[in-house]
Amino acid sequence: MPPWILVPAGVAVAVLVLPLAALLVRLDWASVPAAVTSPAALDALGLSLVTATIATTVCVVLGVPLAFVIARSSRPVAAVLRTLSTLPLVLPPLVGGIALLALLGRTGLFGGALEAFGLRVPFTTTAVVIAQTFVALPFLVISVEGALRTAGTGFESVAAGLGARRFTVFRRITLPLIGPGLLAGTVLCFARALGEFGATALFAGNAAGTTRTMPLAIYTAFNGAGVSEDTAIALSLMLIVVAVAVLLVMRGWREDTAR
Amino acid sequence: MTRTRRLLVATSAAILAVAFGGCAGVGTAPSADPSGSPNATTSELRGGLTIFAAASLSGAFDELATRFEARHPGLDVAPITYDGSSTLATQLSEGAAADVFASADDRTMATVAEAGLVDGDPATFASNVLEIAVQPGNPLGIDALDDLGAAASAQPLVVLCAPEVPCGHAAQTLFDRAGVDVTPVSEEQNVSAVLTKVRSGEADAGLVYVTDVQAADGAVEGIEIDGADAATNTYPVAALADAANPEAAREFVRFVRSAEGAEVLASFGFGPP
Repeated sequence: MPPWILVPAGVAVAVLVLPLAALLVRLDWASVPAAVTSPAALDALGLSLVTATIATTVCVVLGVPLAFVIARSSRPVAAVLRTLSTLPLVLPPLVGGIALLALLGRTGLFGGALEAFGLRVPFTTTAVVIAQTFVALPFLVISVEGALRTAGTGFESVAAGLGARRFTVFRRITLPLIGPGLLAGTVLCFARALGEFGATALFAGNAAGTTRTMPLAIYTAFNGAGVSEDTAIALSLMLIVVAVAVLLVMRGWREDTAR
Repeated sequence: MTRTRRLLVATSAAILAVAFGGCAGVGTAPSADPSGSPNATTSELRGGLTIFAAASLSGAFDELATRFEARHPGLDVAPITYDGSSTLATQLSEGAAADVFASADDRTMATVAEAGLVDGDPATFASNVLEIAVQPGNPLGIDALDDLGAAASAQPLVVLCAPEVPCGHAAQTLFDRAGVDVTPVSEEQNVSAVLTKVRSGEADAGLVYVTDVQAADGAVEGIEIDGADAATNTYPVAALADAANPEAAREFVRFVRSAEGAEVLASFGFGPP
């Protein structure tokens, strides 16, 4: 490693850490307990945790099979599927929100038909979960697919050759092999769902208790100007603490399995 | 060691400057020409002019800016930043660079003035009242605030401005007065977002200004509210203390309050201050 590399690396760390450090400096610590235990903050945190958990579950249920299909497909099919499942990752979330409205909004492709059945998706907690699922799914698929490719099919073939049933192979060989990748993907997926703002704001709106998740609560508090800016900063701190905790848990678990 | 070292320090300082200085510049309009003479008379205004205005002013202020620019050929008015007044107030207190701020209520202007960001006293230049915006043809037959409440038979999806935003504050005042309890499906940060949701058909009804209904040009229908006058919003405008082009800022404020300005505002449906 050439020594000069430390300079840009140091700047990179500064770019990542200084803004968050500045947030801590600006924080009025005395107001934190009141701000984070206010009913508005607790509502938002509760809603965020519930919706992100559901979205993550949906992502695991749908994303793991998709990752399998991609990993075991021929090269061109895999390339197409992989591109499609990466798309939400590179698009601005706002685009996702508009796309979801175009599909499920009242005047959308399916929205009108759903409305006829008395089902309304926009402005509901369901819409929050759908928006979170849309933006978080790529994290799960890409992590699991990578793990599956790294693991290869060698052990599976041997087990199958020794007479193990397909499900036994999946449960005893494949799952343990991709375990760390699956966990990493799940945790990233959850963290992304927790932080989702753009698609939610457009597709689910901003109603306290129903669709106002933590990021929307922060946006709302910040736009209130003056007094409530403290609340916005305190809520931001809460989100950072949760994200760091999630990442630390993941780190610890992976090191355990690596040993 | 010294030459490379110094080079490294200089480079990293430059990277830092770009990384953070660059970020600081985002969202601010081109700054005014610093060479503009402070003694210039009104006909010789030069440089740039950056205006922050409430979302409900968008049509009217675009027109005012165009006329103002035509009158002062040396002056370049940057595209106006429109958003909810509270959002703009927050941005200003966070150091956003602007010359003029026009808010949709006195309350929001007061927060900016109290932060010491205003040059002189803000001046009221227009007023506005709320209407119920519904789909064209009013399919749900909404004709009063009562029809938006939980007890209403049609159960419309209502979108409002958040209570922190002037249009939301005024809406809350009207609901309180009428004794109607409305649970909006979404609280937006500016009145344009409310209009968009009604216009696109995602919501059945929203409270927006009379001027927004007029600007929507038939895309929504406006239902007058009984006693809407009780929540009339008055719009103050002020030159900002940190204006890069204070001369132009003051002159623009004068222009907004002039007879010609009043005429433009009236043509967009605004009432007199």
